[in-house]
Amino acid sequence: MKVVNKGIRKKDAMSLVTGKPVYTDDITQGSYLVVKLLRSPHAHALIEDIDIEKAKNLQGIECILTYKDVPQVRFTTAGQSYPEPSPYDRLILDKRIRCVGDPVAIVAGIDEKTVNKALDRIKVKYNVLEPILDFTKAKDNKIIVHPEDNFKALDSIGADNKRNLCASECTEYGNVEEDFNKCAHVIERTYHTKANNQTMMETFRTATNIDAYGRLNIISSTQVPFHVRRIVANALQIPKSKVRVIKPRIGGGFGAKQSVVSEIFPSVVTIKTGKPAKLIYSRKESFTNGSPRHESEITVKIGADENGIIKVISMHTLWNAGAYGDHGPTTVGLAGHKAMTIYKSMKSFKFDYEVIYSNTMGAGAYRGYGATQGFFALESAVNELAAELNMDPTVLRMNSMLSGEHVGETMPSYFNEVLNSCNLDKCLIRAKEMIDWDRKYPFIDIGNNKVRSVGCAVAMQGSGISDVDVGAVEIRLNDDGFYTLMIGATDMGTGCDTILAQMAAEALDCDFDNVVVHGVDTDLSPYDTGSYASSTTYITGMAVVKACESLRSKIINEGARLIGCLPNEVDFDGEKIYSLNNEKQISLKDIGNESFLGFNNYLTASASQSSPVSPPPFMAGLVELEIDKLTGKIDIIDYVAVVDCGTVINPNLARVQTEGGIVQGIGMALYEDIIFDENGRMVNDSFLQYKIPARNDVGTIRVEFEPSYEPTGPFGAKSIGEIVINTPSPAIANAVYNATKVNIRKLPITSEKIVMGILDIENK
Amino acid sequence: MEINLWINGKEFKDDVLPDTVLIDFIRSKGFYSVKRGCETSNCGLCTVLMDGKPILSCSTLALRGNGHDITTIEGIEEEALEFGGFMADQGAEQCGFCSPGFIMTVIAMKNELTNPSEEEIKNYLNGNLCRCTGYMGQLRAIKKYLEKGSK
Ligand code: FES
Ligand code: FES
Repeated sequence: MKVVNKGIRKKDAMSLVTGKPVYTDDITQGSYLVVKLLRSPHAHALIEDIDIEKAKNLQGIECILTYKDVPQVRFTTAGQSYPEPSPYDRLILDKRIRCVGDPVAIVAGIDEKTVNKALDRIKVKYNVLEPILDFTKAKDNKIIVHPEDNFKALDSIGADNKRNLCASECTEYGNVEEDFNKCAHVIERTYHTKANNQTMMETFRTATNIDAYGRLNIISSTQVPFHVRRIVANALQIPKSKVRVIKPRIGGGFGAKQSVVSEIFPSVVTIKTGKPAKLIYSRKESFTNGSPRHESEITVKIGADENGIIKVISMHTLWNAGAYGDHGPTTVGLAGHKAMTIYKSMKSFKFDYEVIYSNTMGAGAYRGYGATQGFFALESAVNELAAELNMDPTVLRMNSMLSGEHVGETMPSYFNEVLNSCNLDKCLIRAKEMIDWDRKYPFIDIGNNKVRSVGCAVAMQGSGISDVDVGAVEIRLNDDGFYTLMIGATDMGTGCDTILAQMAAEALDCDFDNVVVHGVDTDLSPYDTGSYASSTTYITGMAVVKACESLRSKIINEGARLIGCLPNEVDFDGEKIYSLNNEKQISLKDIGNESFLGFNNYLTASASQSSPVSPPPFMAGLVELEIDKLTGKIDIIDYVAVVDCGTVINPNLARVQTEGGIVQGIGMALYEDIIFDENGRMVNDSFLQYKIPARNDVGTIRVEFEPSYEPTGPFGAKSIGEIVINTPSPAIANAVYNATKVNIRKLPITSEKIVMGILDIENK
Repeated sequence: MEINLWINGKEFKDDVLPDTVLIDFIRSKGFYSVKRGCETSNCGLCTVLMDGKPILSCSTLALRGNGHDITTIEGIEEEALEFGGFMADQGAEQCGFCSPGFIMTVIAMKNELTNPSEEEIKNYLNGNLCRCTGYMGQLRAIKKYLEKGSK
């Protein structure tokens, strides 16, 4: 391969590193109204009265909107394919307040100062209600988060709003009880993961205006432009034909921008006033009212035979939806299905879950999408099982997990999909070599109360959502023979514009620079569900391959016609069509130029792709820590990751994805923790209090690939974006145990918890 | 209040409110490379050079800039392209939103430290957060850039 599998520079790299104005706020300068939200200070309340008189008359205030001014039709802000599996439980502005920060009024004015002044002058009378903040106590509680009768779930997701149930399900395969009884070893443990904020560096933001055709234009930092079009149109009760969504460069998303967080508010303002409007979330707002990872409590029970081979797993999962159900019913599914599936030796399993409403901020999608929580619980339990059996946890895994040997077999806990590619065994073996596991396991004493220990975890994810995700692309031949690749997939820094162009260049035998990429404008781009669920490389990539095949045959036909041959008498080498029988030939450049003349054919091809399967990428993550047993201080020395994402389309970008995901995972493992006070207010709503990993915190990270070949993927590729966040929490917890014998089952893993754990053991 | 300062060598005379922060002043003059990532001086995205030294423009009053030379990445296009090339070769700009502030700090570091060790590099840049890349690619780019500079 000439272009695929090369570490090519990103198409937008040089404009990003020279600070070009390419993000939402940069390209929407000029007379935009400043939009801000008045937010509730209470976690649970009913608005009795809003007095906007004193604010309305301020000079420079353009409009103030309350629940009386907006449609009262429920919808979801979850960016998912219609019919969304998330309940319709929101209004743009609601009389009922369900979490601190719920919007009460939308204020638009000439500048920030004026708008702030107006916010101060709005008087709201609340009937403050007692909130239910603890999701583990919320089911069937007398406090109901969504008592409304027009609450609606489009799908049978097991929702019952009168019981605070956003979703519930129970799946069982085989005879779990019988299998547990047969097992020589059974352990059962409960784990708790906390809510984390994605903290993409560019906060939520949207600019809106009315264009020359009288349509609402939305320029937004989003991962899901087409879902934004549908959701905004529905929420505002306007035809979808009246809405156009443009995605410029995005300053990160990680799933946060798979929800329609900021788009609706300026849209209402622009519809009401006819004027351009812009809403930029502060970092604080992005913290207090974003779309964080669901907090979870997961009880794992594993049964193994006398050799430590895993025979049966059950997972019982409680999930905190918070105030709204965005992505609740779907994220939770991954906690079980994606996690358990990795243990192929399992003969039976049970997975049941409940997603519960509470009066805390509504959660959303965050890289890993529920699998991350599931893997912390399951991998920790597997590590605890290994410890009980006195086994090396890597050895225990080698005997039970998916490997190359299982290719061709069905995976019952993974919706009976067939495993087409897997190098997980090679990943683990290589990772062990890289970190020198056999020498370092479980720990090396380095004196002064300090030890260096190692820890282990494996993980998988999917590649797109089977039978749901759609990626369509169009590719055009232009004059001088260059191509335009029109995509609806959203590059959010991930580099999909680049890797899709690499695939096109490979498929068309041309230079990478000969392919120009355009994305995303819902008026121009072919439909794509958006960039989430690790779908772009696998789904949209395959659409690129198909479209290029189709264009290729059109080029061959047209070229043959132009030189007076039959299509089967010529070949195409990427630069020219040439006769197989004589000297006749025509360059691609000439075909392109000819195609712009009236009597010839303009050449373009499109293709759309969806997949009945979601092939899992695999990864082994091993960590070496230094732990001070006196203070509990943890330093990450080395993190080793070996990934099987199928064919690596761009090794540089895949490597940086992996490094970035691991560092986010380290943040989740060691400090990221959204904390609410007793009134439901988020306490740590800034980078000062909500620490994310800085350069000094992460030690060394080393990444290698063990590519398998996925026959259903483009050039053999699977996905990389999400899997990379799944191993740090369980691997670090394991290394902490190997150093101290302390099992931390509630994230984050803090020095205090370690020291308390050591003291507990000593006092026993 | 009247101020008079230079941004990338160009003089700006303007009336500013006492509480206008430098980042807003700079962006209002069309230098959009300067980004805001927080309200608590923790992210480093807004880093610009004042008389050659890195400062956080989000927590510096425009008034403080009076009489000073401000440099943003638009003002050092050549160096940005050079170092940026090393970044691009690693894929170390992912979303790129942190890149301008990060690169300004790297340039300041290069002027300030000779042959910095890995530890010194990490310390110097510790205030520049990046949520995408995990920092390793940035470090590889810096090392290659400094290596080249010392040849
Ligand atoms: S904007 Fe975060 S430090 Fe200046
Ligand atoms: S590249 Fe996205 S924050 Fe650094």
